[in-house]
Amino acid sequence: MNTIYFKTKPSILKTYTVAGPKEGKGTLGKYYDMVIGEDTFGEKTFEKAERKIMYTAVKSLIDKIENNTVDALILGDLLNQNITASFTAREVGLPLLGVYSACSSFTESLLLGASMIDGGYLNGVIAGTSSHFSSAERQYRYPLELGCTRPPLSQWTVTGAGCCFLGVYTAGMPYISRATIGTVKDFGVTDANDMGAAMAPAAADTIFNHIKNTNSSPEDYDLIVTGDLGSFGSRILKDLLWEKGMDVDRQHVDCGEMVFNMEESEYQGGSGAGCSALVFCSYLYNLIKAKKYKKILLAATGALLSSLTTQQGESIPSISHAVEIGV
Amino acid sequence: MKETIDYANQNYLKYVSLTAPKTKETRTLFRAFWVGGFICVIGQGIRTLYEQAFGLSGDELSSYVSMTMVFLGALLTGLGVYDRIGKYAGGGSIVPITGFANSVVSPAMEFKSEGYIYGLAAKMFLIAGPIIVFGVASGVLVGLVYYFINLF
Repeated sequence: MNTIYFKTKPSILKTYTVAGPKEGKGTLGKYYDMVIGEDTFGEKTFEKAERKIMYTAVKSLIDKIENNTVDALILGDLLNQNITASFTAREVGLPLLGVYSACSSFTESLLLGASMIDGGYLNGVIAGTSSHFSSAERQYRYPLELGCTRPPLSQWTVTGAGCCFLGVYTAGMPYISRATIGTVKDFGVTDANDMGAAMAPAAADTIFNHIKNTNSSPEDYDLIVTGDLGSFGSRILKDLLWEKGMDVDRQHVDCGEMVFNMEESEYQGGSGAGCSALVFCSYLYNLIKAKKYKKILLAATGALLSSLTTQQGESIPSISHAVEIGV
Repeated sequence: MKETIDYANQNYLKYVSLTAPKTKETRTLFRAFWVGGFICVIGQGIRTLYEQAFGLSGDELSSYVSMTMVFLGALLTGLGVYDRIGKYAGGGSIVPITGFANSVVSPAMEFKSEGYIYGLAAKMFLIAGPIIVFGVASGVLVGLVYYFINLF
């Protein structure tokens, strides 16, 4: 059994999001707390820019918290050795747990934060992730100025950070009731541009297990949200679940599909650790808080590859952690 | 155990390749054709100009034309224009010598943040390196074949 039941229902008390300029012009632009003017954010390198984005998100969230104290940070990002999280924590000066499960890091941080609070070990945790288009391109793909086409299956890494403050149960606030720890799945996809197909089996497995373990059905959820499967990956997810006898067509939405005004250059939609964080901490959180949605399942998906494993011809293992948020 | 995994994989991969959105080949080929052709027309124009205006000819003329095209490719990369051309044209702007200039200048710009020696200089040939290695290697190979053919 890999589903966790949180007895005390840790609440998500506050959120803060910082989005890049392209994201700010996207469909959810008006929901973000802060949209930066240019993607370098006044810094010399893109790594520093990403760090400043995450730092701004965490610091602004801390400033928003009135009565509670933050005991620890649980932060994740995509860059090698989790530098964004670590360097942010160096500036903030709070205890840090750095997490990595690629783009699924956001739900992993929520899951861990909720566990810490549910266990009574901590009273306030900030969980969040970030990603930056340019720093991710540098690490995983080609130089930015290299003239080459983007294949139709490619996605566009989201620039931005989203973080939320988790605390003990507070009436009327959204809370985390259950979570499912993902299993690493690998169906043999080797194309590093085809993240949707690589990650869909992991998402299907986690969503299916979560719903089966909790004796519920997809109809019990207002939304079943995946992180960054993109249009094609979402289709595969629905097909895979349909094959197992589960129909999520009416409930399913994908953060990657929501985050941009779809134009040619993004093809399948947004991706990256910041994608689900940005969409959840702004738009979805607001709707849950306003009780428009009573119960959603958030299953962010991560492709656990590195440029090294791709070059060595390995296929792409993927993971998806799911958290159930209710109000 | 391994066999059943492979079996499922094959089915899944087949399904993925059947349903995946495909590259629109006619469109990309057309774009590559006209942009690539246009770059060559510019090259030819420069060649004619150098020939008429400066009276250059032979190897000297080709070198000057190549140098000019490499310069233009590098300049457009520096101005942030070449990647947009490349996004549109694909192979059409990669294959001409301007594309080679782009593949050297773009990593040089990118890795400048890691310093001039270990960043810019070391990473400069990240993409062009293989082209140079295989270019030189095949040049040597062809040269050897040429040498032995001439012996008989």
